[in-house]
Amino acid sequence: MDWDWEYAIDSLPLLAEGILVTIELTVLGALLAYVLGLVFAMIRRVGVPVLSQFVYLFVEFIRSTPLLIQVFAFYYLLQPAIGVKLSPFLTGVIMLGVHYATYTSEVYRAGIEAIPKGQWEAARALSIPRGRVWTGVILPQAVPRVLPALGNYTISMFKETPLLLAIGVVDVLNSAKEAGAETFRVIEPYTLAGVFFLLVSYPASILVRKLERRVGTV
Amino acid sequence: MSEPYSSPSSDVMIQFDRVVKKFGDHVVLRELDFSVKPGEFVTLIGPSGSGKTTILRLLMTLETADDGTIQVGGEYLSHMERGGKLVPADERHLRNQRKRIGMVFQQFNLFPNMKVLQNVTEAPVRALGLSKAEAEQRARELLEMVGLSDKIDAHPMQLSGGQQQRVAIARALAMRPQVLLLDEVTSALDPELVAGVLAVLKEIARTTDITFLCVTHEMQFAQDVSDRVMMFDQGQVIEDAPPEQLFTQPAHERTRSFLHAVIDRAV
Ligand SMILES: Nc1ncnc2c1ncn2[C@@H]1O[C@H](COP(=O)(O)OP(=O)(O)OP(=O)(O)O)[C@@H](O)[C@H]1O
Ligand SMILES: [Mg+2]
Repeated sequence: MDWDWEYAIDSLPLLAEGILVTIELTVLGALLAYVLGLVFAMIRRVGVPVLSQFVYLFVEFIRSTPLLIQVFAFYYLLQPAIGVKLSPFLTGVIMLGVHYATYTSEVYRAGIEAIPKGQWEAARALSIPRGRVWTGVILPQAVPRVLPALGNYTISMFKETPLLLAIGVVDVLNSAKEAGAETFRVIEPYTLAGVFFLLVSYPASILVRKLERRVGTV
Repeated sequence: MSEPYSSPSSDVMIQFDRVVKKFGDHVVLRELDFSVKPGEFVTLIGPSGSGKTTILRLLMTLETADDGTIQVGGEYLSHMERGGKLVPADERHLRNQRKRIGMVFQQFNLFPNMKVLQNVTEAPVRALGLSKAEAEQRARELLEMVGLSDKIDAHPMQLSGGQQQRVAIARALAMRPQVLLLDEVTSALDPELVAGVLAVLKEIARTTDITFLCVTHEMQFAQDVSDRVMMFDQGQVIEDAPPEQLFTQPAHERTRSFLHAVIDRAV
């Protein structure tokens, strides 16, 4: 099959639309994963009764089942069952965010564990209120160290967005498929979609490695 | 039936009454009794692993006793009175009590994410509700007292161990504690930095009415500043005497052999 430049260029506007959706999904999903993961890690660390065990089971469950099945189950089973109808896009953001929150919670947990016991004890000995111990002492030390790991998970999320095609979220890959559907030529749009992922992921992972060298890893 | 626990009294600052502390099956404190008067400087000596740190950690409310009572400044620390009965302290009670007590740790434990000044102002602002200006004023005075006025804007990482420990002392004093606990505060320091820290402590002991309970292997320092030295071993205070007496004429065989071992190590 030959490469048709003209056709490739024609398919770009449609691809651009998908690129935008992919980026939105990644950014929103990642923000959710960062926040929710931290909440999970703090609940487990504080040992909130019942909630802590629930989070533990939830995290284990999510981590041991594939994202695709979770997306299907949430979209086609759970939502009708509880009588809500979220858009495919919102469903995608939530599923990506929740799924990856279980990974980021482990990252935060490791980051928090890495803070020496003496820091907690000094804070306690000084009567610093508990909330302030988190925001003033523990998190400012733990978060910089987990940034590289969060970065890596963000790249993974980015690369997993095409999976949401299954519930009809129009991302890059879907756009590529649509572009191809009109003419039965798929090589150009799919290649361009692949190039897009490469162009974003590769520099991003170089950045993460740079960050790792600066702050160390947990 | 056992005797009732002694009730709080104002001429003792620290009172341990039959305090028991176990870690699993390992009994560290066996019905430990001792008391410290207001303003006294008392040094605890004893073999490694005997439980000296545990005593300080109980006072700092970092551990809880399995039995017995602890009082500080005429109030129960380990317990609270409820309906005329003594019940184990809850977290709120501990939170109120612990403000009167400060501790300096062997490993300094400064907050590395805060500059020196903020290390000292953080607790007064957050725990005592001082304004930032008041806390800074207080911190500057204390940092001057420990000889670190020029390091106010430094990060702890940029300081020597001795300087970090002096910041930790200022940080503890900023809470204006009635009791200051010192746990081998010079053990982690290079030998040439020890004297500076000890000089600061001597000065504080001389010029304030803070009550000190100090664990140290610096026998000369202990002899210079202590009103009393307590030899602690196997869960109990086995000898309690003024330093000149305890160091020169220990009454107990175990004190004698301990002092021999420590002094041999130092030479
Ligand atoms: N959290 C803990 N869990 C189990 N055992 C502990 C714990 N903390 C202390 N211990 C044990 O209790 C005993 C007393 O410990 P502690 O640290 O109070 O001794 P120490 O007199 O301060 O010793 P050193 O001179 O070495 O500092 C030791 O045998 C120690 O192993
Ligand atoms: Mg100790």
